[in-house]
Amino acid sequence: MKLSTMGRHLREGSKNIIRNSWMTVASVGAVTTTLVLVGIFLTLMLNLNQLAQNIEDEVQMSVYIQLTADETQINELEENIKQVNNVTSVEFSSKEEELDKLIKDMGEEGEQWKLFEQNNPLNDVFIVRAEEASQYKAISQKVKEFSNVDDVTYQQNTVERLLTFNKYARYIGFAFISALILTAIFLISNTIKMTIIARQDEISIMKLVGAKNSFIRWPFFVEGMLMGMLGSIIPIALVLFGYKYLYTNFNDRINMSFVELLPFDPFAWQISLLLLGIGVVIGIWGSVMSVRKFLNV
Amino acid sequence: MIEMKEVFKVYKNGVTALNGVDVTINQGDFVYVVGPSGAGKTSFIKMMYREEVPSRGNVYINGVEIGGLKKKEIPYLRRDVGVIFQDFKLLPRKSVYENVAFALEVIEENSKKIRRQVMKVLEQVGLKHKARFIPAQLSGGEQQRVAIARAIINNPKLVIADEPTGNLDPETSWEIMRIFEDINSKGTTIIMATHSQDIVNQLKKRVIAMEKGQIVRDEHRGEYGYEA
Repeated sequence: MKLSTMGRHLREGSKNIIRNSWMTVASVGAVTTTLVLVGIFLTLMLNLNQLAQNIEDEVQMSVYIQLTADETQINELEENIKQVNNVTSVEFSSKEEELDKLIKDMGEEGEQWKLFEQNNPLNDVFIVRAEEASQYKAISQKVKEFSNVDDVTYQQNTVERLLTFNKYARYIGFAFISALILTAIFLISNTIKMTIIARQDEISIMKLVGAKNSFIRWPFFVEGMLMGMLGSIIPIALVLFGYKYLYTNFNDRINMSFVELLPFDPFAWQISLLLLGIGVVIGIWGSVMSVRKFLNV
Repeated sequence: MIEMKEVFKVYKNGVTALNGVDVTINQGDFVYVVGPSGAGKTSFIKMMYREEVPSRGNVYINGVEIGGLKKKEIPYLRRDVGVIFQDFKLLPRKSVYENVAFALEVIEENSKKIRRQVMKVLEQVGLKHKARFIPAQLSGGEQQRVAIARAIINNPKLVIADEPTGNLDPETSWEIMRIFEDINSKGTTIIMATHSQDIVNQLKKRVIAMEKGQIVRDEHRGEYGYEA
């Protein structure tokens, strides 16, 4: 395409935005509303996702070694566990270390456990970590079959609940966002369609004098893109300022290691870029969709 | 130039508009298409710029069968055909200049050539001094001249006019006809559907008379009338 033609399309597209100002307001409004909701939802969802991820990272599996196992057998077991699929680390923790941990975890009550220091009833343990929480089930089944394993535990309930929660949160999130986006596209394409009826003569004359469909479509493309951009201004501002506020006020108050908001930089910028992208896609899609019907003349 | 072989056109609502049309029109011909309303004149004309395709039969324009034309090829066919309507079909918000330039803009001509061509063609139809006017400020005859300017700016081989004088008074109609004769004298084929008995009988040309979707008469230097 020639540069002058591109210039013409940009001019025409912008002109249409100004000329049909009420239509622009309606369409931009639809994009804005959608993106505000999408923005809030995405922020929420991604942070929840991060939270779940953090909890997932805390999950580990304990393999209790039989008391009767000697050193060679323990080494052999370690090797075997390392061979299991998806195991990322295997760490040995002696029964003395386990007791120390227990005493520490129990706090005041831990004192009474000190009695056992002379005759430690605990097992030596391998602490096993997997890449993902969903893999512990399969790993535990494998490891149980090895000799010299007394028992295998991991926070099965926590993991399973977490995984289900995460799964549904994701499904619902995507369904919600898709529905929002589709609604916006529909709204925009309908608003623009109304103005196209006024522009129908222009389109039919263009066709009559031999304009290609792509030539007719371009200004609408530009128009949609501009409307998407305009529509994403408020949502982006909202995300940037809102998240900044939330981040500075929320993170200071909560001091749990795994409850942590995603850092403002780059998260808020990424979301902003994403919103701009979604806005532009919605605008272009709605606009181009509305002109399609009128091209078959 | 244009050849129709056994062309039938039946619309979706069951109306038969063309009922076996055979005709050949040569480059440089000036043809009137006459007949009562509903005789199929407009359908006949629409075949020539592929606004419609035949239900049966073939239409060839410069040897190309238009029924087999791909969607992408249609714009290129239309660039060789200028079309003029009874209701002018000008863009009301654009100036005379812009309305005419539009035809070159959409085929991506460079702006220098557009300016040169537009002024030249406006001079040809006698509207150079009104280039900045918008259609509403012009008389009917002037508006039709703008439409003609737009139709001929590409130097098309064929100009099709569907009742171009239908909305104009007799005097203005003759102005329009003089422009058509002028274009025709330079070798452009002109096909014009009309109800104007005066024009057909005074400015003698080939007459194709249609009735009930068929050509009932085809005479060189013919008279108005469509009885077989």
